[in-house]
Amino acid sequence: MTESQRLTRRHFLTAATAVTGGVGAVAAAVPFVASFRPSARAQALGAPVEVDVSKLEPGALMKVEWRGRPIYVVHRTEAMLGVLGRDVELLADPDSADSIQPGYARNDHRSVRPRILVVEGVCTHLGCAPLPRFEVAPADLGADWGGGFYCPCHGSTFDLAGRVFAGVPAPTNLPVPPYRYVDDGTILIGADTGSV
Amino acid sequence: MASAAPELNRRPGRRFDALVAWVDARFPMTRLLREHATQYYAAKNFNFWYGFGVLATVVLIMQFVTGIFLTMNYKPSAEEAFASVEYIMRDVDWGWLLRYLHSTGASAFFIVVYLHMFRGFMYGSYKRPRELVWLIGMFIYLCLMAEAFFGYLLPWGNMSYWGAQVIVSLFGAVPVVGEGIAEWIRGDFYISDITLNRFFAFHVIAMPLILLVLVVVHIMALHEVGSGNPDGIEIKEHKDAGGKPLDGVAFHPYHTSKDLVIIIVFFIIFSAVVFFAPDMGGYFLEHANFEPANPLQTPEHIAPVWYFTPFYAILRAVPDKLFGVVLMGGAVLLPVFMPWLDRCRVKSVRYRSWIYKTALGIFAVSFLALGWLGLQPATGLYTTFSRIFSVLYFGFFILMPFYTSYEKTKPVPIRVTK
Repeated sequence: MTESQRLTRRHFLTAATAVTGGVGAVAAAVPFVASFRPSARAQALGAPVEVDVSKLEPGALMKVEWRGRPIYVVHRTEAMLGVLGRDVELLADPDSADSIQPGYARNDHRSVRPRILVVEGVCTHLGCAPLPRFEVAPADLGADWGGGFYCPCHGSTFDLAGRVFAGVPAPTNLPVPPYRYVDDGTILIGADTGSV
Repeated sequence: MASAAPELNRRPGRRFDALVAWVDARFPMTRLLREHATQYYAAKNFNFWYGFGVLATVVLIMQFVTGIFLTMNYKPSAEEAFASVEYIMRDVDWGWLLRYLHSTGASAFFIVVYLHMFRGFMYGSYKRPRELVWLIGMFIYLCLMAEAFFGYLLPWGNMSYWGAQVIVSLFGAVPVVGEGIAEWIRGDFYISDITLNRFFAFHVIAMPLILLVLVVVHIMALHEVGSGNPDGIEIKEHKDAGGKPLDGVAFHPYHTSKDLVIIIVFFIIFSAVVFFAPDMGGYFLEHANFEPANPLQTPEHIAPVWYFTPFYAILRAVPDKLFGVVLMGGAVLLPVFMPWLDRCRVKSVRYRSWIYKTALGIFAVSFLALGWLGLQPATGLYTTFSRIFSVLYFGFFILMPFYTSYEKTKPVPIRVTK
């Protein structure tokens, strides 16, 4: 074997070892990275929850936990529904075009039945739970406040349909989870019939 | 053998020397001690600003020791975590002290590290030839932030929970893959037992290991180039016939004995906080964290612990999700580029122009103001001021290449001053 042949052979062996080792290292990293994903048990725990809304007072809010997230169920009064059409031009996404909701909740009141609002209490900014602020024109939120949700973390504001106001950190409306009415007074959160 | 023994015993300490020689033949003990202590020369004109590196090391060791003992009684599960911290506080002998040392130690760590970094801003510690020392140091700072963040979830209080929720959601701002990354970090659809368990692993194993290695590398790089000094002079440029810097004194015993005084003063102040104000009026331990995590209820007023609030104020000052996260990340990372942003050749602020002194003053005031604003609600005037100080903070860094290029500096002395 000549000197140049030995060099070529050595280069080949170096490259082959590096490639094999590199592929092996990447392959070995896969299980470690993948073990970080939600486990089978975590995925199985996302079962739907049934909520009795028949005893919910007009103007009242009820919190339910679904998949570890707070779900707000609000019984809106006629007056509260009346406010919804008032400040449309101040909203960032009044038609819910960029927001997350099932097709049957993409309307002006963002719900299946106008009176009962079901939204995730998860601010679309950084995931805090917005506070219900249903009183009209409180001192800290200004005279134009017609009731809605206020996020204590970074000051995002939403109207009584969970629609975000423009000029706040939250980019989109509060998400509406999938839900359906089992009967007149009961809703099932986390499951729907796929349409409506 | 019997005839050699009396000769060995003739001089006191001879047996010890023999033992040292035995070790040195097998491990470079004496050489390491000389290189890093008895023959490592640092400038003799150090002021108190040069004590915070040692203090950071001391606090790191204290966090390791108290952390190990806390781990012996803490339970990393959503069911038991909060109660196990209460158990440490009430039922474990001296448990309250271990926990307060650790929680106050976290704040103390950031105080000494921020002062250590500001020393660098003042005396040009990031300048050639110490760029790598600075970069490694910045990396330590980032790891320290991660370590503090992971640790903050462990008590499983309500502020722990929502703090983690907000910080993990920051990743959700990344377009397209953001939500997937946030879910991957949590290991669940929300902050859960799974998240707590993995944050515990990060806090007690992964990050401390990385921190320890980085601190060793930081000190090795420093000892390779040599410590700076408040005059910004390279003491290695003036040596005596024996090769010892004329303006330097040996780290041991001269600097170590001085550092001992600094360490004792530090622990006097530190103990006063631990024993008389361990929660520091809600700044070191937030009051909302004295109730267990509640996934349905965000605390009325949410704010991170004080050491993150300057960046938090910047995040809130921006009325756009992605841009806010980008600016916050930028604010944390900008100091990394100091060695290249600062075009002035003079290291120490003592001999630099009024322009840099003013800029440094504005930076310090902005950082403190943002820190205070980050603790206030995100409304009205507070937001306006957050925006003003955010602009000033970024201005300090981004305009630096311009205002440092034409500085009228004073003459730098050849040898260190008294």
